[in-house]
Amino acid sequence: MAVESEGAVENNGVVRTAMGFGSIMNNSYGIGRMGIWRMDEMGGQATPLHRMDARIKILTVFIFIGFVMSFPRYEISALMPFFLFPLVLMGRAGIPPSYIFKKVLIASPFALAVGIFNPWLDPAPMIRVGGIFVSGGWLSFLSILIRFSLTVSVALTLLACTGIQRLCDGMGRMGVPQVLVVQLQLLYRYLFVVVEEGGRLGRGLALRAGPRSRITLRTYGALVGHLLLRSLDRAQRVYQAMASRGYTGETRMMHPPVLRRVDLLFLVGWVLFFGVARYWNLAGQMGRLLIGGGR
Amino acid sequence: MHMADALMSPAVGGVMWAISGGLLAWCSRQVRRLLNDRMIPMMGVLGAFIFAAQMINFSIPGTGSSGHLGGGLILAALLGPYAAFIVIASVLTVQALFFADGGLLALGCNIFNLGFFPAFVAYPLIYKPLVKSTQGGLRFWMGAIGAAVVGLQLGAFCVVLETTLSGISDLPFSTFVWMMLPIHLAIGVVEGVATGAVVLFVLKARPGLLGEPVDSATPPGGGRKVIIGLLAATLIVGGVVSWFASTHPDGLEWAMAKVKGKNTLESQAGMSEKLADIQATTAFLPDYGFKKSEPSQGESSSWPAPSAGTSVSGLVGGLLTLVLAVGAGWLLRAKGRSKTMES
Amino acid sequence: MSHHLIEARDVWFAYPQGADVLRGLSFRITHGEAVGLIGCNGAGKSTLLMHLNGFLTPRCGEIRIGDTPLTAQTVAAARRAVGVVFQDPDDQLFMPTVAEDVAFGPLNLGLPLDEVAQRVGAALERVGMTSVRERPPYKLSAGEKRAVAIATVLAMMPDILVMDEPTSSLDSRGRRRLIELLRGFEHTRIIATHDLELVVEICSRVLIMDEGRIVADGPARTILGDRELLHAHGLERPHSLSHAHAHTAE
Ligand SMILES: Nc1ncnc2c1ncn2[C@@H]1O[C@H](COP(=O)(O)OP(=O)(O)OP(=O)(O)O)[C@@H](O)[C@H]1O
Ligand SMILES: [Mg+2]
Repeated sequence: MAVESEGAVENNGVVRTAMGFGSIMNNSYGIGRMGIWRMDEMGGQATPLHRMDARIKILTVFIFIGFVMSFPRYEISALMPFFLFPLVLMGRAGIPPSYIFKKVLIASPFALAVGIFNPWLDPAPMIRVGGIFVSGGWLSFLSILIRFSLTVSVALTLLACTGIQRLCDGMGRMGVPQVLVVQLQLLYRYLFVVVEEGGRLGRGLALRAGPRSRITLRTYGALVGHLLLRSLDRAQRVYQAMASRGYTGETRMMHPPVLRRVDLLFLVGWVLFFGVARYWNLAGQMGRLLIGGGR
Repeated sequence: MHMADALMSPAVGGVMWAISGGLLAWCSRQVRRLLNDRMIPMMGVLGAFIFAAQMINFSIPGTGSSGHLGGGLILAALLGPYAAFIVIASVLTVQALFFADGGLLALGCNIFNLGFFPAFVAYPLIYKPLVKSTQGGLRFWMGAIGAAVVGLQLGAFCVVLETTLSGISDLPFSTFVWMMLPIHLAIGVVEGVATGAVVLFVLKARPGLLGEPVDSATPPGGGRKVIIGLLAATLIVGGVVSWFASTHPDGLEWAMAKVKGKNTLESQAGMSEKLADIQATTAFLPDYGFKKSEPSQGESSSWPAPSAGTSVSGLVGGLLTLVLAVGAGWLLRAKGRSKTMES
Repeated sequence: MSHHLIEARDVWFAYPQGADVLRGLSFRITHGEAVGLIGCNGAGKSTLLMHLNGFLTPRCGEIRIGDTPLTAQTVAAARRAVGVVFQDPDDQLFMPTVAEDVAFGPLNLGLPLDEVAQRVGAALERVGMTSVRERPPYKLSAGEKRAVAIATVLAMMPDILVMDEPTSSLDSRGRRRLIELLRGFEHTRIIATHDLELVVEICSRVLIMDEGRIVADGPARTILGDRELLHAHGLERPHSLSHAHAHTAE
């Protein structure tokens, strides 16, 4: 979570090349413009899927992940039908699958880093494809890869087909404590502002220190400390703005009160599909039908 | 060190969600009870600050790598543990949603691993008593680095526990522990140093800001509760560790045993129902007969699922399903896309 | 009793561990006046404005809103009467969408939802920002942000509008629109600014601040035309008044 070597791919998709001041700018622009900004535009669309009650989507997504994770560790083919869910959501919400796919590729590789050991630790051959024996380790690693793509793409799709505001709103109505919901909203609201401020500070430093130099610890303390002080000052001003409009610690929200029958159908329909796909290996059946040898 | 959905079983994910959810609810109540209304915007902006701060790196001398702030400790020092926990949870949530760091079901784990230990263990038990009102010096750095290291070690240890209990990864517990803890020792030192540097700057620039967290009015018996909770956690963790230690004295041995054991174990359970398919499939795909290409190892039936047919049909079917899913998504895509915003 | 009246009586103030920033400052602004508050950097303008809705309390002296002194008991009422537009609209727009932001204040007043909706609509209409109502604030231009920030304050229906540097970071078109908007208000207005042309166009009266004191108080044209006075306090006569012919707006 805190150390990266040079050139490592950061989890927000920004490739760190040089470590100097220039990288500060690259990173802040990377996150602000490419990453979050684009996602924000996706989430802000107005397709029927976007406008659907966020609670339903959150619930369905969690059930989906639960089903995917419940498969035994060597499962591969039976997981395939589950790709239908994120793909249909992307289709209905007008999200280019290539966009989500790219984000999946650069998502945090922890699962892969851990999973890659499986082939070494579990070398006993398990199945044979053509003339090649495949060990259990490779199977379970492949399975981890597939689970990874499924869960990551569905998480990203949830946001892209809902938008952070509607998501927060839905969370609030699902009983997530209001303090947390407001916290999320405010964090998101000031993300851009503070990142820009950090970029400005970094550029200011870079102008004085030259682009080649590296950030020493002392400079780092000053830079981040400065950003912290500015953030605290801003928080103070935001508080004043809130207080001058009658804020006393409670935030009331205007909720659009809707839960339509279609929404429930969406939930029930998908959960049924997950159930069927979980207990019958749909892909396996289809393969058998095709290749023959079915029962 | 974000725990990932792909490595987890639903049971572990669910339990950790329940724990983190409970903690969040409790912290929200405490925040409402203890804090003044000034804190709400402060928490929000500080959450954004942590995000921005994580993008700024400093170079670690002599290593060619760089480090940055994790943020948990600084948040606890500024806001107190309850509010800090909520802010960390919100940062992790945004990361999970926007960058798919970890994943949604793993979010419960991540909130616990990365939030609980800095806010409720490292800060009150190590950072606060040591750092107190010092500005630099041995005590200060010991407090900052010690707290960061302990917080991260406990978090990393939990990652290992959660992964092992989920049973998707084959990494043996002890091997995994010996991989994770040294790495996170290094990360912890870096985090502690970064935290210390920022705190020192802030202390000099604006004295009195970090001294007293706004909610330092811990509820009566709060300290004792933390210690009791810690003892309980230690007992549980200790119990699990010793259990693992006794079952798997050595990581590599354990791995071997596991590999060997699987032959007999899995062939009976799990995939056994698929054995029924073998005959039909092999008959249909005669070129893939077992006997010819079989190495001298012995009979194919001693393997867990020696069904080439199943695997081939699984492969074909899987690919086909994927194509169908893509096709369905494409067919079902919305016609008029990207109207900017609903009105 | 009118709320449209605001008064400072011998106000002294110092930040913690600092020298006095406001040093015996007095004025009285009455119904419907538009007052420009000018003075060089660090004169104490922003500090004074923070007193007007009770975020800072004078070390001695008092602020009166309407006919009541501003105290801890009356601060809530004072904040309803005095609407402050902050210098950086990013500080003022903290909700996820423009509409929610404008609704924030009325909701806190405990108004019924339909009246909240009506106020939101009216306030956005007033500043010409109806078209951005569902947009998130970070996707607005500087001028739009400023206009929306004003709408958030208008939705509270204050009697007195207080603004800190309203034209900073606006381009000339945005500035022009803002001036037209401010001119149309019937509220009592107090505008702290370095934009003296803005003062010429909007304000009937000017206060000059220097080192925590009011050093001049009078009709805008008289004061802004007095080159010596302005020069003495680090200010320059606005271009539009430095010609023999007047080319004021309209
Ligand atoms: N939060 C603070 N703590 C301590 N001193 C402050 C603080 N804010 C302002 N000051 C000091 O008070 C004095 C007046 O500042 P103020 O911001 O009121 O001036 P101003 O007239 O608004 O200036 P400007 O035109 O630059 O906005 C300055 O000397 C400033 O350094
Ligand atoms: Mg000012």
